[in-house]
Amino acid sequence: MTPALRQGSLLTLADVSLERGARRLLQGVTLEVGSAELWQLVGSNGSGKTSLLRAIAGLARLGVRGAIGRSDSFLYQGHLPGLKPLLTCRENLRWHGSGRVYTEMQRIDEALAAVGLAGYEDSVVMQLSAGQQRRVGLARLWLSDAALWLLDEPFTAIDLKGTALLESRLQAHCSAGGSVVFTSHQPTAMDGLQVLDLNQYAA
Amino acid sequence: MPPELGLFLRFQVQRHLSAALRRPGDIFNPLVFFLMVVTLFPLGLGPDPEVLADFAPGIVWVVALLSSLTVSSRLFQADYEDGTLEQLALAPHPLALAAMSEVLSHWLLSGVVLALASPVFAAMLNMPVQAIPTLMLSLVLGTLCLSLTGAIGAALTVGLRRGGVLLSLLTIPLTVPVLIFGVGAVREAALGYDPSGWLALLGALAAGGLVLAPLAAAAGLRISLEL
Repeated sequence: MTPALRQGSLLTLADVSLERGARRLLQGVTLEVGSAELWQLVGSNGSGKTSLLRAIAGLARLGVRGAIGRSDSFLYQGHLPGLKPLLTCRENLRWHGSGRVYTEMQRIDEALAAVGLAGYEDSVVMQLSAGQQRRVGLARLWLSDAALWLLDEPFTAIDLKGTALLESRLQAHCSAGGSVVFTSHQPTAMDGLQVLDLNQYAA
Repeated sequence: MPPELGLFLRFQVQRHLSAALRRPGDIFNPLVFFLMVVTLFPLGLGPDPEVLADFAPGIVWVVALLSSLTVSSRLFQADYEDGTLEQLALAPHPLALAAMSEVLSHWLLSGVVLALASPVFAAMLNMPVQAIPTLMLSLVLGTLCLSLTGAIGAALTVGLRRGGVLLSLLTIPLTVPVLIFGVGAVREAALGYDPSGWLALLGALAAGGLVLAPLAAAAGLRISLEL
């Protein structure tokens, strides 16, 4: 179903079009993401940023046409946090859709410390503030070994310091040879950032 | 290659159990419901111990079925709403295994707890003492079947806002054999006969369901997630 990915590339979109219900959202999206690339998807509300990202992750099959080739080593973090409110930060971070069960508590604690949540390891997520919960979700980026990151609005509900932290994490991932595709409305000033404007593909 | 499947299953069950144990009220609410309904029967049928003993197997089993149905209808709802279901669908592990972990933890917290508490209800309805071990065993096996069928319905209705009625229509017909075998076993034991034939049938249903129902539930989840 997914065509073979070109050597050295992490994501290939060839003439992808998206339909939602009876409405065509996007038409003819073509994109090639190699290693160590940072892509921001921009576009007005309802232009299909989230839908495209979900289609890339494999969470939407209906209404997707065209060829999507994606590396198997990927991490998808959508609008929904994927956190269990009744579990602690540590317990929540032990598993994510990448399939790995983290057994090294030290690594989890380091990730929590990296997002400024040291001391909250055994706090139940329900008792944290909305911004802190976002940070718990983002701590997964410090745990992930996946090559391709697909992040939907990662900068939402994060304070300025957190934004800087997240930007530096994304850039570190790229310098290590990984790639990131994220959606965001905020203009960000990261080195080597490439922008794909979805409005030009509006159907 | 997905990491060990057994580890994944055990890990997911553990996760569900530790979350559920932080909110023990959710475990006891179905028991309170059960207790209240069982209390209503002597009021409705009259306090004659003979009459109650006659109806007891049917009463306990019908109430067990209803309480299981009300709880299992929301089996995947929380996972759907917080995005865990998306991640489970993306994971390299089979979605059926995730569904099975959900069913097993739900069963441990509802069905098994109910079976353990059932002697109290049996005593309230004047059930003969020799039928109580059979009642417990039949409830352990039967509630597993009920959770498994409930999971198929819950998977199909997870994205719907008013899935409750539809779910009852989908799953109640599937639970009829469980009810018949379960009541049959308890009635047989109450009369002093050997209930093992009925229990074997329930066991066969549970074993078959454990293999097949997670596959059906996973297919239902994929439909609900529009995958």
